[in-house]
Amino acid sequence: MFRHTFLSAAVGLAGMFLTSGAQAQTDEFIIVQSTTSTQNSGLFEEILPKFTEKTGIEVRVVAVGTGQAIKNAENGDGDVLFVHAKPAEEAFVEAGQGVERFDVMYNDFIIVGPSSDPAGVAGSADVVEALEKIAESKSPFASRGDDSGTHKAEMRLWGEAGKEVASASGQWYRETGSGMGATLNTAVGMGAYVLTDRATWISFGNKGEHEVAVEGDPKLFNQYGVILVNPEKHPNVKAEAGQAFIDWVLSEEGQDAIAAYKVDGQQLFFPNATTADGA
Amino acid sequence: MQDFAQALLSALALVITGDGELWAIVLLSLKVSITAVVFAACVGMPLGAALAVSRFRGRRVVTVILNALMGLPPVVVGLFVYLALSASGPLGVLHLLYTPTAMIIAQFILVLPIVATLTRQTVEDLDAEYRLQLRSFGLSRFSSVPTLLWDARISLMTALLAGFGRAIAEVGAVIIVGGNINHVTRVMTTTIALETSKGNLALALALGVVLILIAILVNAAVSALGTASTRGATTGLAHA
Repeated sequence: MFRHTFLSAAVGLAGMFLTSGAQAQTDEFIIVQSTTSTQNSGLFEEILPKFTEKTGIEVRVVAVGTGQAIKNAENGDGDVLFVHAKPAEEAFVEAGQGVERFDVMYNDFIIVGPSSDPAGVAGSADVVEALEKIAESKSPFASRGDDSGTHKAEMRLWGEAGKEVASASGQWYRETGSGMGATLNTAVGMGAYVLTDRATWISFGNKGEHEVAVEGDPKLFNQYGVILVNPEKHPNVKAEAGQAFIDWVLSEEGQDAIAAYKVDGQQLFFPNATTADGA
Repeated sequence: MQDFAQALLSALALVITGDGELWAIVLLSLKVSITAVVFAACVGMPLGAALAVSRFRGRRVVTVILNALMGLPPVVVGLFVYLALSASGPLGVLHLLYTPTAMIIAQFILVLPIVATLTRQTVEDLDAEYRLQLRSFGLSRFSSVPTLLWDARISLMTALLAGFGRAIAEVGAVIIVGGNINHVTRVMTTTIALETSKGNLALALALGVVLILIAILVNAAVSALGTASTRGATTGLAHA
């Protein structure tokens, strides 16, 4: 008797859980493959409710590194791609995986480091020279090492500095293979320099003794783009709802929402869609 | 460390103020992990018991593999389930990726070997002890399985709790197949990972404290249930 009560209770419980899970999925929603910087900075939590309120479309954000986001989108596991690695995004569209790429907004990368500044780069506005100094003084440098947009930008800058960092990996050059926030935690923990986007840094809660060391070089420009995943290649893509999101984010309303987002009084992202009406 | 004191204080504050968002995350965590454990129990217990009483060539190999699978890395299971449920994967048509159901599937795979292995061990020991008695009642090896399972129910509770502990604590699998989507697939562990990556270490630690409190509550509830069941039922084998 007791056995039956227990079993039916357990099965009933499981059934209840499953059906309530299915129910939540009936509303219209899109999946946006995006990056940790947009999520960790709190931007999406600020702007997405405005879009949902207007259109009734819920936006579900999967925040991973740009490399993984593009890979997921190539598998058709997302309706919209919202990342920051222009060459990789253009290759994505070129390969027929995406419909068209649009500039959305930008901010900039910065190098943060310990206030003791062992490489003597603090206050510099020349990122290439700063990287040379870091490499020559063998000061610890934490790299994302995860094929993300920030990692791609960092590798491009090392290339310009003519430094081959792979051979120093595990010594002064340390690849965390993690997201931006995790890498910042690591860098703070071991007193290392690290390249980060400004938005993540401003909203980061564990700055320790770290300060901005290098900023203001045009080479540190960080452009974000948005792409509709190609419905011809991936029939499950919700093209209409995804396009509605892209249109909104490029529209004056969406662009204003991005500009209005501030942390500690500082604007994190600067909208720069080419056409104000999103056409 | 200042962070520890701050974490305990904010954990208390979180629990006392009954923050709605937090409770939604806690409920989803429980829902996903309990469902995974219930299904793992339905499959793993009969499987483990059958393995305990059966005798066949290669049984030892199966046992060793099942034991080893208890150490499955969650991130590998996550990747496997992701590839299966991905739109370009074999089960893509089901549209389960980035849903709680996907997380349940991943945790089910993680918990199943634990439940099956611990059940096999328990039933094997009991079977060795009572085999002659059971045969004398005219029960064959396989028809004695329900009796053995029922008699081992208290030990099996521990197996289920071990499975639940594994499920509720893992982050590697659910973050890949669930995507850590706010209000949809965000659970305790993925929230902790997210807050850590935001550098909100005290809040992350506070959430960890809440997670442990929940685990204690669940274990206490099961323990109470176990006591009630011992009192409520007369000893199984005497009636078998």
